[in-house]
Amino acid sequence: MAVAAEERLHVERKKPRPLSTNSAIAHAVKDLDVDVVAAYPITPQTTVVEKIAEFIADGELEAEMVHVESEHSALSATVAAALTGARAFTATASQGLELMHEILHIASGLRTPIVMSVAMRALSAPISIWNDHSDVMNARDSGWIIFFVSSAQEAYDTVIQGYRIAEDSDVLLPVMVAYDGYVMSHTMEPVVTEDRDSVLAYAPKRPFPYKLDPEKPVTLGALADPDWYYEIKYQIVEAMRRALDKAREADEEFGKRFGRKYGLVECYMCEGAKSLIVAASSYAATLKAVLPRAWEEGLKVGLLRLRLYRPFPEDLIVDALSNVDSVLVIDRAISYGAPYQGPLANEFSGLILKHGLGVNLVSVVAGIGQRRMVDDDFLKLAKLAWEARTVRKPETIFYGVRK
Amino acid sequence: MRIDIRWHGRGGQGAVTASEIVAAAAILEGRYALAFPEFGAERRGAPVRAYTRISDTPLVPRTPITNPHIVVVLDPSLLTRETIEGLREGGALIVNTRLSPGEVAKVVGLDREARVAVVDAVEIAMETLGVPIVNTAILGALIRATGIVGLETTLKLVRERFKGRLGEANVEAVRRAYESTHIETILPPQTA
Amino acid sequence: MSSEGSLPAYYEIPPGGAIPEPGSSLKYKTGSWRVLRPVINQDKCVRCRLCWVYCPDAAILELDEEYVTSKGRRYKITYKVNYDYCKGCGVCARECPVNAIEMVPEPIGGEE
Repeated sequence: MAVAAEERLHVERKKPRPLSTNSAIAHAVKDLDVDVVAAYPITPQTTVVEKIAEFIADGELEAEMVHVESEHSALSATVAAALTGARAFTATASQGLELMHEILHIASGLRTPIVMSVAMRALSAPISIWNDHSDVMNARDSGWIIFFVSSAQEAYDTVIQGYRIAEDSDVLLPVMVAYDGYVMSHTMEPVVTEDRDSVLAYAPKRPFPYKLDPEKPVTLGALADPDWYYEIKYQIVEAMRRALDKAREADEEFGKRFGRKYGLVECYMCEGAKSLIVAASSYAATLKAVLPRAWEEGLKVGLLRLRLYRPFPEDLIVDALSNVDSVLVIDRAISYGAPYQGPLANEFSGLILKHGLGVNLVSVVAGIGQRRMVDDDFLKLAKLAWEARTVRKPETIFYGVRK
Repeated sequence: MRIDIRWHGRGGQGAVTASEIVAAAAILEGRYALAFPEFGAERRGAPVRAYTRISDTPLVPRTPITNPHIVVVLDPSLLTRETIEGLREGGALIVNTRLSPGEVAKVVGLDREARVAVVDAVEIAMETLGVPIVNTAILGALIRATGIVGLETTLKLVRERFKGRLGEANVEAVRRAYESTHIETILPPQTA
Repeated sequence: MSSEGSLPAYYEIPPGGAIPEPGSSLKYKTGSWRVLRPVINQDKCVRCRLCWVYCPDAAILELDEEYVTSKGRRYKITYKVNYDYCKGCGVCARECPVNAIEMVPEPIGGEE
């Protein structure tokens, strides 16, 4: 089913350069010829916009950098810029994303085609600058298209794919490209960047169709009374549905032009697997390196890497689950007081029920506040997944917590 | 084929920069590599760890390194048993110190075979840079002892990272360390 | 309010509820909200324009119509109320410095 990540097609291989994920994203913004960037610094995102500011100062990118006093304003300015027809970008993390929360819904409600990168980080209190997925998980029902990426290369590529999807007149939804803070944001690794002409040929600027223009006045964000509000929100439901095909098409076309494609989900070592682990971002990358060891020990455990999270690529995931006896879902956020305390686990539980799949679900919460996880820990999770084929484990496992 | 390097230093000594230069050199030489610090609220002088992973394929874990092939110690005060924790049999230990390889092995309680390389990176840094920032000097020792990346690729990157006169001073630090590194293969002590 | 049938389906509404037609609020006649209607006494009115300034709905019209008062004073302009949009808030009557505007009950069963 799903395609191996970074599958090389018939495209000449370009020479990679060493970049962090944060730098790679700044390069994508430059190569996309973004017109407006409004941002507020927050660890571990800051070097994204610092690098963009450098590109602007050095004349490599002609864009307006709006210095704002908060993330609430950062996203407000980004939304407003996009509604005038500009290609606009912002970046944030953690508390910054929380402060944007109100505007998240406004961005999707107004159908603003913007892209935002999120260097995922835990939420206060207590203060943590380290990585988990609490910030993005809190934003999952805000009407944004959400990607989780697992390498700096994928981050670069997905920001570019993001504009192609967001600006599509059948979609017109904001896109979030999320990746693990520090573990990816500050890791240097090889990245191939593309020239601006090729990037713009793939993702030509398609401004918001009802843009704010004094020559042709429009009203955006008007009051919608109970006779109108429901339909306008339902439009997002339909746009999300269409976004699934558009995201698939954007990835396929990206692969044709640049030789790299990822699929909407990735099933790794799924051939012959009897159990799956669901993971996103850096954990998925680590599992790809660690799972061969599990197979050596006779544990036929595959990886289901969640790349597109909203819209949920349901059919692909159901396909993957149809061939296994158990699935272990790693959540890096806590849904306090929920039936499963991992938000993803709850969604998988619903999916299993909806499709009548005979799959035992294990909910594991791990890596909260970047609690240390080494290779052996991932092997232990593979064992847990394997055991769950025959033994039900109904309660969420809080892996690594001192009890 | 994968080589894992763990760097031990103190905030301000440049362990993170050194870990990145080695990864960047490997990338320019056509291999896959990751460089990442053990992230903390960094403070000057606090112990820091950084990691470099060099591989033939992109299938590389993004976890802290627990079983390094190579351990690099930028500050002799960090030489403890903990420093060599998980160091693989037949691995390498690169240390900024005035001690001999045999003395280093005793201090850390080396109980397995390893190549131990020592260099007085502080003296070299003081003479070339005028400050005790030892990260570029230790690169010379690492390359000499392991050949993990090319010297010329590394010098090119050092020139890019440190512009102008500072670049040349750092290049000199790498070269001098490369020439003055002392390497011995230490065998595990015979147990009675 | 009514719903269903007469109102557009979700796909007939521009994305996000954008309103591409400028000035479409003119279609929304708010005059039916009125309980009291302002009536301007053209003889007392001194053409100070304060009602025009204060009206929150721009429902005071300044017309190029000549008017001669009963005492023979000639004005080149006349103020009239646009009853299609006047909500009857009474701000004009309250602010009028010469009490030339009177708020009178709307006839039962609608206008006229």
